[in-house]
Amino acid sequence: MILRDVLHAEWTKLRTLVGTGWLLAAIVVLTTGLSVAAAAATECRGTGCGLDAAKISLTGVIVGQAVVVILAVLAVSGEYGTGMVHVTFAAMPRRATVLAAKALVVSGVVLVAGTVAVLTSVLAGRFLLSDNGFTAAHGYRALSLADGPVLRAAAGSVLYLVLIGLLSIGVAAAVRDAAAAIGVVLGLLYLFPIVIAVVGDPDWYRRLQQIAPMNAGLSIQATVDLGSLPLSPWAGLGVLTAWAAGGLLAGSVVLRLRDA
Amino acid sequence: MSVTPYRSELRPGRDGFAQLLRAEWTKFRTVRGWVFGMVTAAVVTVAVGLLGPAGSSFECARPNGQPCGDRTLPVGPGGEAVLDRFSFVHQPLSGDGGITAEVTSLTGDGSPGVEPWTKGGIILKASTKPGSAYVAMMVTGEHGVRMQHNFTGDIAGLPGAVSQASPRWLRLTRSGDTVTGSESTDGTKWNVVGTVTSAGLPSTVEGGLLTASPEHVVTTQSFGGASSEGGSTRATATFDNVGLQGSWPRDAWTGDEVGGQPGEPRPDGGFQQTGGRFTVSGSGDIVPAVVGRGSTSKSIESGLVGAFAGLIAVIVVAALFVTAEYRRGLIRTTLAASPRRGRVLAAKAVVLGSVTFVTGLIAAAAAIPLVEALNRAKGLGAFPVSTLTELRVIAGTAALLAVSAILALAVGTILRRSAGAVTLVIVVVVLPYVLAVASVLPTAAAQWLLRVTPAAGFAIMQSMPEYSQVLADYTPADGYLPLTPWAGFAVLCGYAMLAVGVATFLLRRRDA
Repeated sequence: MILRDVLHAEWTKLRTLVGTGWLLAAIVVLTTGLSVAAAAATECRGTGCGLDAAKISLTGVIVGQAVVVILAVLAVSGEYGTGMVHVTFAAMPRRATVLAAKALVVSGVVLVAGTVAVLTSVLAGRFLLSDNGFTAAHGYRALSLADGPVLRAAAGSVLYLVLIGLLSIGVAAAVRDAAAAIGVVLGLLYLFPIVIAVVGDPDWYRRLQQIAPMNAGLSIQATVDLGSLPLSPWAGLGVLTAWAAGGLLAGSVVLRLRDA
Repeated sequence: MSVTPYRSELRPGRDGFAQLLRAEWTKFRTVRGWVFGMVTAAVVTVAVGLLGPAGSSFECARPNGQPCGDRTLPVGPGGEAVLDRFSFVHQPLSGDGGITAEVTSLTGDGSPGVEPWTKGGIILKASTKPGSAYVAMMVTGEHGVRMQHNFTGDIAGLPGAVSQASPRWLRLTRSGDTVTGSESTDGTKWNVVGTVTSAGLPSTVEGGLLTASPEHVVTTQSFGGASSEGGSTRATATFDNVGLQGSWPRDAWTGDEVGGQPGEPRPDGGFQQTGGRFTVSGSGDIVPAVVGRGSTSKSIESGLVGAFAGLIAVIVVAALFVTAEYRRGLIRTTLAASPRRGRVLAAKAVVLGSVTFVTGLIAAAAAIPLVEALNRAKGLGAFPVSTLTELRVIAGTAALLAVSAILALAVGTILRRSAGAVTLVIVVVVLPYVLAVASVLPTAAAQWLLRVTPAAGFAIMQSMPEYSQVLADYTPADGYLPLTPWAGFAVLCGYAMLAVGVATFLLRRRDA
């Protein structure tokens, strides 16, 4: 069997689950919802208010990623829950190939949902922020994807969601249980910012921001004051890529060594 | 021929709530993963908590290489950490008596001008030792006349700034255990501002004039958080018509800087006297200390940051405690054995809540002293809190974990799927806190989130109150949650009760 058939099988499994459609819709709705709320709640009162319009209008990614985690974890753990995994591995004994196919299929659907979510968020931000003082008078141009940094923030946010999906698949393959896998991934994402908030030493502060998957990954959304960031935008996304690659590697090693 | 039907010799088993509890406890303790999950929760609570002090250090940065001295803050009569530094022109007063003074000006020396809480006025203080008890009447930069005592007490008097044209007369009268503060605009018509009893003053106190000017702090909110910078300021107050009643030595004024840094050159006594007029210039403040970003002293709750990690482990176990029954089909056996479904959920909640509470209690009680010891080793101070507050923070953290576990159990019963339940509970409990302390959201939105979402419950872990008489950044990012500890905890409990109600209703209505 070649990869194309495995991909087809995985696509059929994902497509025919009732939950998939709802989860994809939830990615779009929750991401856009929080982005809209953040844009509506933020005001720029004068020149040099130091706010990053693109980052504000993409705040929703912080909650949207939680749904991506469910979708990706269930693509793997769901099979363990129902015992389907035995059939899958009987049909395709090369387990790494199965994992790769799952990763590709999940990445594809997250890419589509993420693009829709990010585009609606930017569009909402464009209208809401200009009403909240993000105007030419205060030194802001209307959000536009024709703007290099804004395009980087938007496209990077979609990639961020895809990478979160890949990390989740790797962790799920290693942990198997859906609840535990989700706990591990959401813990990795949400705990670092809380710990960083209590760390007092500036060196540690920077270091933790550089290795934390969410903090580093979301630096791709920065469009102003890049010099003060602990990491450049693309380097930040690189850190998250390393996390995702590490997760997938750990997942495939455990998958190969353990009985299904 | 008749056949006697078979009847078991065994007595029928009882089916009280105690049996149900025992059944649920047996289920819990015999699943290795759940026990492991609870142990993990306790371990990460302590381990992640230790990351905070590990990643903090204090480097002494005083200009000419002098030692920084003791950074332990003085402790006020109420047991709280305080700042107690001001210029004090004083002499002893034995027994009953009083002091009167007319403040004719209060100005800042230097560019920022007078600070909102710059203070000039009269004070009766137990001793010149920082942190000792006091009662004071003072004029402030922007908050009018104030009667303050023992750092936390604050009563407002006449508003408005002081000037030559509009002076403020201040008077403190001691009679036994009672000190009365009065104010006047002309020195003839007096108005009582407040009365303080049992302030803890000894029979002989130091009485006199004070000037203090707090640090000038500018907070700039920018992308990625806020940063504060500032520096010490100095102010000068002018006093006329200083009058003494009672047994004072008279004309034996001493100028002191209370709480001055050792090794720092002291200003020239801090005051000048020409006839009946005193000019006192001073720096510092007389307030309870507040914690903020970059504080060299840590609040006890900063040692409990690991509880967030523990919380995630607890939520996973709690959701699985019921969703696993649905996945394995055990729920049918459970409900066949005990058809009263509401009681099954109640038994699960009691077992899970108790296990989580005990786990949380052990973890929090271990984390706080460990983190404090590590902080001390790193040269960071700790904000002292009363034993009662410390107990509330420890027990509150355990209760927070237990109530969150019950919320997760209820959501698990409603959704029946572990993935959705775990994510939903983490998103409603932990995510609002993350958004509030570490995102681009403005402070007002962050505070709103911590009022209306279950994340309000984290207020129970808070030991530092806000003081209206201290200018500071009381934002979530600085560790100040908008609700009081118990109000915040009540919000979380409300959500948990609502979820349990819906879960009970659905459990009864739906087929298992």
